[in-house]
Amino acid sequence: MELLCPAGNLPALKTAIDNGADAVYIGLKDDTNARHFAGLNFNDGKLAKAADYVHQRGKKLHVAINTFAHASGEERWKKAVDNAVDIGTDALIIADLGVLDYAANKYPDVERHVSVQASTTNLEAIKFFKNNFAVDRVVLPRVLSVQQVRQLAKTSPVPLEVFAFGSLCIMAEGRCYLSSYMTGESPNTVGACSPAKYVRWQETEQGLESRLNNVLIDRYQENENAGYPTLCKGRFDVDGDVYHALEEPTSLNTLELIPELMAMGIVSVKIEGRQRSPAYVEQVAKTWRMALDRYQQSPNTFEVEGAWMQTLANLSEGSQTTLGAYHRKWQ
Amino acid sequence: MKFSLGPSLFFWPKADVEAFYQQAIQSSADIIYLGETVCSKRRELKAKDWLGLGREVAKDTNKQIVISTMTLLESPAEIVTLKKLCDNGDLLVEANDLSAVQIMHDLNMPFVAGSAINCYNLSTLKVLLKQGMIRWLMPVELSGDWLKTILMQADDVNIRDQFECEVFSWGYLPLAYSARCFTARSEDRPKDDCQYCCINYPQGRKMNSREGEQVFVLNGIQTMSAYQYNLINEVNQLKDMGVDIMRISSDSSKAFAQLDKFKDQLVDPKAYPLDSEQECNGFWHKIAGMSVA
Repeated sequence: MELLCPAGNLPALKTAIDNGADAVYIGLKDDTNARHFAGLNFNDGKLAKAADYVHQRGKKLHVAINTFAHASGEERWKKAVDNAVDIGTDALIIADLGVLDYAANKYPDVERHVSVQASTTNLEAIKFFKNNFAVDRVVLPRVLSVQQVRQLAKTSPVPLEVFAFGSLCIMAEGRCYLSSYMTGESPNTVGACSPAKYVRWQETEQGLESRLNNVLIDRYQENENAGYPTLCKGRFDVDGDVYHALEEPTSLNTLELIPELMAMGIVSVKIEGRQRSPAYVEQVAKTWRMALDRYQQSPNTFEVEGAWMQTLANLSEGSQTTLGAYHRKWQ
Repeated sequence: MKFSLGPSLFFWPKADVEAFYQQAIQSSADIIYLGETVCSKRRELKAKDWLGLGREVAKDTNKQIVISTMTLLESPAEIVTLKKLCDNGDLLVEANDLSAVQIMHDLNMPFVAGSAINCYNLSTLKVLLKQGMIRWLMPVELSGDWLKTILMQADDVNIRDQFECEVFSWGYLPLAYSARCFTARSEDRPKDDCQYCCINYPQGRKMNSREGEQVFVLNGIQTMSAYQYNLINEVNQLKDMGVDIMRISSDSSKAFAQLDKFKDQLVDPKAYPLDSEQECNGFWHKIAGMSVA
């Protein structure tokens, strides 16, 4: 099972590889990828350097081109595919059907992975991607329970990759317009959710307030940790009850599922966080490498170490982690 | 320009659903969509009931009847039901997931591509046409300019006559889908023990900010806009752009009056100021969806 780590820049990429990643995924410096943030991602020169660093060490590079091509700018997405192929990417991660069609026709020999943004949650949808674009892998959205992943893994004609750790998207990825409803910009169209330029912090008499495009997302008392106002993780009022109506600030952590995921034949576990620092990448890669190696060495006695969980919790939103949808009770 | 009645996105008792469609038969809609698109646990009407209702409505009217299908399908049982709906023999199907597209293609049957299928550009439109799409409902977050570009491109490559274009034009917008049921959560229950509580909220549950601003509507695993989308002032713009169908969502029986109002815009256009605390049209105008342009 491959350990696939995120990298938002060259230092993070090197850190990931040096700390045990089997493969790294990155994005280009424009709106063709779902982490289109200022100061992040790879221009043409850096892209080539990234490929060199990864390949010299016998590891793999995946390039995410996983937003939806704009009606008036399809060429930009095709160019991104061309660039990624030019520097010798090992895999293209694509969500848009038109872009997949282009990649499948022009570069049939370059691996194509169906991005999580394509919301592929069942066998018939997987068949659609296999039949039409001969895809090599499908990345599952974070909406399936372990039982559902197991069922799918048994029958899927295409190898599956799952999310293992990181910020938890609670909606079926690629099918969430909450961000554009509130700000005009969404993951699908601009590659960002709850974009930073709409965030405003304000000290008030009732406490510290976080706003997104002026909508109050949360308000914190002095003893509370304030988190980034991702709009689905604030506290809202439903008929007089104020609570995290959609989700709490928390991260996904599936260390304890390693034996199950292995048994199912999942080919890759993905770490979320291209927007995070090299220090984050280092800690997560190292911890997951240790856990995966430990399992390989002694599958029958594998147990998750408390120290691993603590390290990962410290890197998590709200310093807490969850199994998310993998665990039915969460649903 | 034709006008359609979208599927009701809420969970209503069977008798209410039947009463609603009795009214729909008499309404000015040209096309009626019906079926469960949100949650497979909503079984007041099962697949065969929806098909039965669809056929019954079809018998009493010359409106086109379309069976709408689920958006987020996660289990083999849900796929079995989907196949039953797709392979129904006579009624047109709205695919809201690529699984339905795959099934319709296997059956060699035409289909409508719903708004939750991510078709953002001409290349994707071509892929879907090859699968058998005959009508395309634009994703709700896209703007008038975006649509205009795609329709012009389709014209340029001579495929514009191969599909009808439909736009979600009135009602609570379907914005997101999750594994989690937010209505059950609002009653402090897990989804597996939801007790079908959506049925107690025929218009969903409003989720407000702590200052009382209406933000979203919780509708089971679906999150919707708290404001009703309203393109009443854009009817003639859509018509000039070549949009074939405007969709009025079946939020409640108020939808019927909206149908008439929208139709009137074609013969006697009026300006309707929108109430920015109840309505929105931001997506169409390329600004925050919840805003009024």
